[in-house]
Amino acid sequence: MSEITWGLWEILLKGVWITVQLTVFSAALAAAVALVVGLARSHRLWIVRFISGAYFEIFRGTSALILMFWIFFVLPLGFGWQLVPLWAATLALGLTYGAYGSEVVRGAVQAVAPAQREAGIALSFTPAQQLRKIILPQAWPEMIPPFNNLLIELLKGTALVSIMGVADIAFGASLVRNATGQSAPVYTIILLMYFVLAFVLTRGMRVLERQAKAGIGQRPEKRSRLIGRKAEIPRQDATPATVGGEGR
Amino acid sequence: MNWDWSAVGDFMPMFWDGLLVTLQALVLGALLAFALGLVWAMAQRSGLAVVRWPVNVITEFVRNTPLLVQLFFLYYVLPEWGLTLSAMVTGVIGLGLHYSTYTAEVYRAGIDGVPAGQWEAATALSLPKSRTWGAVILPQAIRRVVPALGNYVIAMLKDTPMLFVIGVLEMLGEARQFASETFLTVEVFTVVGVAFIVISYPASLLMRALERRLVR
Amino acid sequence: MSADSTPLNTSKETANPAADGSELIRFDKVTKRFGSNTVLDSLDFTVNSGKHVTLIGASGSGKTTILRLLMTLIKPEEGTIKVAGDYLTHEERDGELVPAGDRHVREVRKKIGMVFQQFNLFPNMKVLRNVTEAPVHVLGLSPDEAEERARGLLDLVGLGDRCDAYPSQLSGGQQQRVAIARALAMRPQVLLLDEVTSALDPELVAGVLDVLRDIAHTTDITMLCVTHEMNFARDISDDVLMFDAGHVIESGPPEKIFSEPEHERTREFLSAVL
Repeated sequence: MSEITWGLWEILLKGVWITVQLTVFSAALAAAVALVVGLARSHRLWIVRFISGAYFEIFRGTSALILMFWIFFVLPLGFGWQLVPLWAATLALGLTYGAYGSEVVRGAVQAVAPAQREAGIALSFTPAQQLRKIILPQAWPEMIPPFNNLLIELLKGTALVSIMGVADIAFGASLVRNATGQSAPVYTIILLMYFVLAFVLTRGMRVLERQAKAGIGQRPEKRSRLIGRKAEIPRQDATPATVGGEGR
Repeated sequence: MNWDWSAVGDFMPMFWDGLLVTLQALVLGALLAFALGLVWAMAQRSGLAVVRWPVNVITEFVRNTPLLVQLFFLYYVLPEWGLTLSAMVTGVIGLGLHYSTYTAEVYRAGIDGVPAGQWEAATALSLPKSRTWGAVILPQAIRRVVPALGNYVIAMLKDTPMLFVIGVLEMLGEARQFASETFLTVEVFTVVGVAFIVISYPASLLMRALERRLVR
Repeated sequence: MSADSTPLNTSKETANPAADGSELIRFDKVTKRFGSNTVLDSLDFTVNSGKHVTLIGASGSGKTTILRLLMTLIKPEEGTIKVAGDYLTHEERDGELVPAGDRHVREVRKKIGMVFQQFNLFPNMKVLRNVTEAPVHVLGLSPDEAEERARGLLDLVGLGDRCDAYPSQLSGGQQQRVAIARALAMRPQVLLLDEVTSALDPELVAGVLDVLRDIAHTTDITMLCVTHEMNFARDISDDVLMFDAGHVIESGPPEKIFSEPEHERTREFLSAVL
């Protein structure tokens, strides 16, 4: 047993930086995928709905870790595509959480009152203008709380990359544990680090939500919980029971 | 791309072993999550702040930190505290504990969804607390939360591959072992990936059907 | 092009080229079904420009369906609709009449404005932007031009001081007046009014009706209203059309319809609502 020296702290802090980068990159990819797939899933052409629906079912049906193994080991061997580990991990996380996010986008867009679309038609807006100016601005504040949940799930999911040798927080923890032989302090410290990151993300999303709601003249409801994140939207099937109906 | 069907055939015996272990871990973990989640949910409604607060802190902490790291914690730290458990038992505890913090939220929502008049009626009839919970509130709450719980079981299924890191030979563990001996990486990881979709897609359809039947 | 500073076109020469009493809306054998339920059955009727026409009849008689057809929110199963000489539902291609494409529909629809029962203001935009958005992005007005037009119209409906409010901060009556301004900002030739007061609290109805009465009396815009406010209908209408089961069973000036209705169904309906 030995002390956790400054050098070892440095390993952990570098890990935090990798985790933060990974979270930001994969969240950006996931958001793009969620928007495209989520809108495509209520497209008027059945083939677009079918392809995006298949994407959704496949990527949320499989396990993120298995997908990561597949991208790390099968893509290079089977197809000759070798990605830098950080990007391979970003791809795996972004594609998986983008699939979950598409359900959030779809639900929020469908929850906008049909009369709003009718008002858009009455003013001769094109379908693209209706989406951009009327539907999305109203759906966006509704998306933020479920996106917050997904973002925390994504942050937790980034720990998987340590298995693939990416030097994130969890990877740093195993190095430090090997060096010092101390398990309890090391793992307690890094669990706290993850918790702080989750807390910061939630606060940030709360600010975003308040701004988004103010931007459409609403006031956000108060929440009294510690982190305030509700886990009611299951990760498997993000359809809230109230947003019924598959497609049209 | 080379695809070797005979490799798939060679892998199948190990695959079935892995699937069995995956399902065992899933069933035991889910039972633990269901039971422990109920304990958390009821404790969160306790009139005593000394009960409510620590439970809130623990569940928020566990829910907002990675299961993978929690598994390492249990695996390395429990023996230091003199509690030596098999990898499988450690894995089930980790999985069950992590997901109990989600099921607690589901129960909480279900209990909140029972109309206040039901509590008042139970009080008016002077039912003891145990009867109020056991005969009035929970039966109404559970019915509404079955689909949500089911969805978390599917989410747990997709997290079971993590157990290989502490040495549980579930599907992914078997696949890695087979791949390291034979180098038939493409086939085995694809088989395991497809297996997850084949299990979880019908399961999620089932949950959607249940949702339509039970929640309304 | 005459540069006018008044919010509405009040002069018959410069403004509405079609406001000369010619035929503006024409329904030709229009049939609309919802499933097995035929709401409109081979309906013919016309509205001349500059006229104020009110549709009355029991709920379910097909009045609102007519407005929704004109707004292209729904499509007819059979028949054609023409607005200011152009087909709304169809377009002519190589001398043949084919179902209209989206672009053609949008072009013709620009001549029509609509005010909804539930206002349907965009909650994500402030009052002023609700009114300027479509003139800028659909008609291609410059932002300054659109704002000037919008402010004029908001003054007209008595809300010139609420430009920076969100719709959620306004009363129902105020929201409906903004919705009227929003529709007028497109300079439509026809204004469709779909039970515009029925979602309002009783004390707010008068303000909205006053605005509409003002517009009816001072402009030459064509109006097609569905309403349960019989006094309002009597006051502004040139013609009243009584609907029953998808047919016009009686029509004429309001004095005649309201005081000496010919049809039995009209008498029943009027005695129920008056």
